[in-house]
Amino acid sequence: MSEALDTREYKVIGSRVVRPDGIDKVTGRAAFGADLNLPGMLLGVVLRSPHAHARIKSIDTSKAQAMDGVYAVITGADFPNASETEDPALSANVMAREKVLYHGHAVAAVAATSMAIANAAAAAIEVDYEPLKPVLSLDEAMADGATIIDEQLRTAGADEASDTPTNVAQFMRLDRGDVEQGFAEADVIVEGEFATPTVHQGYIEPHACVATINEGGQANVWCSTQGHFDVRSLAAKVLKINVADLRVTASEIGGGFGGKTTIYLEPVAIVMSGKARRPVKMTMTREEVFRASGPASATKSRIKIGAKSDGTLTAMQAWIGYEAGAFPGGPLAPGLMCVFAPYNAPNFLIEGVDVLVNKPKVAAYRAPGAPQAMYAGECMMDELARKLKIDPIDLRILNAVEEGSTATYGPKFKAIGFKACLEAAKAHPNYTRQLAEGEGRGIAAGFWFNAGMQSSAEVHVNENGTVTVIEGNPDIGGSRASMALMAAEELGIPYEQIRVIVADTESAGYTNVTGGSRVTFATGMAVIQASRDIITQLKERAAATWGIEEELVEWEDGHAVPKPGVNADVQPLSLADIAGNAGRTGGPILGRASLNARGAGPGFSVNLADVKIDRETGKVDVTRFTAIQDAGKAIHPSYVEGQMQGGAAQGIGWALNEEYIYDADGVMENAGFLDYRVPVASDLPMIDTQIIEIPNPTHPYGVRGVGETPIVAPLAAVANAVRDATGIRISELPLSPPRVLEALDAAEE
Amino acid sequence: MQSFAYAAPETVEQVIAVLQEHSQAGKPAQILAGGTDLLVQIRSVDGSARTIVDVKKLPETNRLEIGASEIYVGAAIPGAVLTANTDLKARLPGLVEAIDLIGSTQIQGRASLGGNLCNASPAGDTIPALIANAGRCQIAGPAGTRELPVEEFVTGVGTNALGEGELLLGICFTPPAARTSDAYLRFIPRTEMDIAVAGAGVSVTLDEKGICTAARVSICAVAPTVLLVPAAADALIGTSLDDEALAAAGAACTAASSPISDKRGTAEYRRKVVAVLCKRAAGIAAERARGSH
Repeated sequence: MSEALDTREYKVIGSRVVRPDGIDKVTGRAAFGADLNLPGMLLGVVLRSPHAHARIKSIDTSKAQAMDGVYAVITGADFPNASETEDPALSANVMAREKVLYHGHAVAAVAATSMAIANAAAAAIEVDYEPLKPVLSLDEAMADGATIIDEQLRTAGADEASDTPTNVAQFMRLDRGDVEQGFAEADVIVEGEFATPTVHQGYIEPHACVATINEGGQANVWCSTQGHFDVRSLAAKVLKINVADLRVTASEIGGGFGGKTTIYLEPVAIVMSGKARRPVKMTMTREEVFRASGPASATKSRIKIGAKSDGTLTAMQAWIGYEAGAFPGGPLAPGLMCVFAPYNAPNFLIEGVDVLVNKPKVAAYRAPGAPQAMYAGECMMDELARKLKIDPIDLRILNAVEEGSTATYGPKFKAIGFKACLEAAKAHPNYTRQLAEGEGRGIAAGFWFNAGMQSSAEVHVNENGTVTVIEGNPDIGGSRASMALMAAEELGIPYEQIRVIVADTESAGYTNVTGGSRVTFATGMAVIQASRDIITQLKERAAATWGIEEELVEWEDGHAVPKPGVNADVQPLSLADIAGNAGRTGGPILGRASLNARGAGPGFSVNLADVKIDRETGKVDVTRFTAIQDAGKAIHPSYVEGQMQGGAAQGIGWALNEEYIYDADGVMENAGFLDYRVPVASDLPMIDTQIIEIPNPTHPYGVRGVGETPIVAPLAAVANAVRDATGIRISELPLSPPRVLEALDAAEE
Repeated sequence: MQSFAYAAPETVEQVIAVLQEHSQAGKPAQILAGGTDLLVQIRSVDGSARTIVDVKKLPETNRLEIGASEIYVGAAIPGAVLTANTDLKARLPGLVEAIDLIGSTQIQGRASLGGNLCNASPAGDTIPALIANAGRCQIAGPAGTRELPVEEFVTGVGTNALGEGELLLGICFTPPAARTSDAYLRFIPRTEMDIAVAGAGVSVTLDEKGICTAARVSICAVAPTVLLVPAAADALIGTSLDDEALAAAGAACTAASSPISDKRGTAEYRRKVVAVLCKRAAGIAAERARGSH
């Protein structure tokens, strides 16, 4: 459902209140995934594959089983047959069956009374492998005669169905018009090839859970997740159990960025708890997080853009290949749908593939697929502007989509903020600031659809007029505060009188993940509706108290008042007045709403990056960074700015240093934060932000999602700045010092 | 949890006795100073019993003396104490900046100069600075105390010259002569929380006319051990440390390097960058020497 835009003047939303979970988080009291301890609890570890690709010939767990303190040893044989579950790939990713498909793939697990015993027992499990040749890149996977990872796999979406085994899981195409004709009409054509590496979300909290299953077979799981309802449904699929027998409580979460929208440890802990008849806690090490959770796809892409000499686009063409990891499901579709989404191109052809390789199965990472695609697309827009000698912002303004434009991916845009962002960038002092010697400036656009999906909310009025909001989205970016702000706005009471509870799967209505930039939009809409439900009831109670018709009562500034002109000799009733008297007017007051939100307004951004290059070492320093983004309406501006700055930080890391480094056998060599280099605070300049507010017409306050768009533009913004500073287009990320120095030296020779 | 025994003797003799006793019994004993390397290493080895011998309670490892004829830095003094010492910083600025590169503020509250040296990493940041300043290891053992130049102390990747029952008490330096100073630079892809891809420590002495009369150049992360590069020093001595001399010293460092390609950088990259670091460090050391009297 969607809602009409409400154009009243706001009193509460838009203010920068302190988030209710903040103090416990900064003082260390908040309980995260690994912080729950239960009586009799065991500790579980996973035995992981030392091979990137191998057949499991046998597993002998007898020595591990016999060790003192070991309560459960499990293998794939302890799970329902993967092929008989609703999600065979998920099942086989949680625990390998016939084959291991990446280095770190789970092969067995142990629960014991201590980590030392569990580790010793895991080491005592004997696995006989038949090593197979690993497939470690997109090119290798697609080459003729490539080793086939899954003999059953056939390409979905192929023009001609084939029964030949392949590593290409999916082919996809989006097109309009005649791209050849478009290139024929072009005065200028630019073409380029790009590559991006496997990267990780880098959330600070490793995956962790505690599972306990009772004698009746009902399981309780406590875990760090972006969506406990999804943990419930996914674990139920893997284990073939009834969702009603699985209760999941989300702990506080130390970052997810999409990586905690799936499951790894939870079914393993549940099975071991069932065997051991004790609670089992499992925690990944950082190394396991890198090797065995879901990173983001490495990609290869080719882009070709044609334009008239005045800059008007005539044709856009893209081919983008995504590494899916060991199972199908890379972010092919969203990537292809995003690559040219900001532009009006009369003719375009966008194609791509999702390809299996012997690496961990990728998971969502903030605007999944879009950063890689738009890195390539926006670098080529930069090259086009250079070739045309047109200002890169002007080129984008000339071709920008606006309200009424048909998106490359189909629908017509409603009100959107792309041009507003571009104009703000052009007017921003950082766009015209003088560059120092050795510096360069880049600009790039970002786009993300944003999601709606299902949400529920309840609003309870307490007897003193305070309010409790109950919802089901783990709070990552300050959503408790945002929900409270929206309830306060509706009810006309101070923010401080509202408490927000993130309830477990048996205590909150069904709610999709904290992901897709959907929570403030969709769950916020549910909170607004539930609050409006309360207001209806409050007016009824006031009418009953006053003995007048309900229609004659209005809710104004937290009080029931008679409508203007109504002749009633009554005093306004506050929420507290009505709440205190609720027992005499019909009992407790509780509002609720559940919805499937439609009309999530797309998010656009423009980023400006200034970089300085050390010619002798190839080191790139980002000296200035400006993020401009349309938020629709910023409910809590600090948290919107936080998303913009966080996305910029992650995008800069992706551009400059982050990458999975593999050896020839498919073993990741840098599985730790020492050598997987996310930017540290001192690597980044202050990231300037500018929030644009073009209201989303399908949300009552005009909210658009803001969480994902910020990571899309920085890759190309930084790459374009490096191009500007050096005169060289380096078309592979990361722009690490050795790569940049090699390119600079090569250009001089 | 792993279990291990912990001893914290208050005399050098007792430390030597504990070390000897364990080594003769064939049981491992490991010396603990700040522990910022050791505690990480303990996690990654097998859980077998071991004894940790804490050397932080010894006067000899905690002594810091900046005298007219000798500078002595106790092996177990935390980096934070050394970087806060303005006198030491004035005498050996390059060494202090190397110490300041090791770990975050919190880590520097524990991490020691002696520990960084004994850990003997090819990328240890203080080692080139120690070698450039001709530091001499003061080693106590069953046979008494001996002295060893730092460049001879490190024997391989993670190995050092300490024999059975021996421990490092501290490092001695001859105070820098007039118009003498040093500098240390390393390259990392980030600004913090990283390990040197390459590093260079340089000490130079100038005469009254600004001609270099003595120099020591040491480089790290480009060979199995930190290297003293006499050819680089030779390229500086007798010159006014002009660009040409600095470039020649850099080239000598490249020539002396035998780096590997790994996740931290390619061999080719390290060979190039070590020259840049030598050149820049020599330039900084020269500036400092010109400013000192």
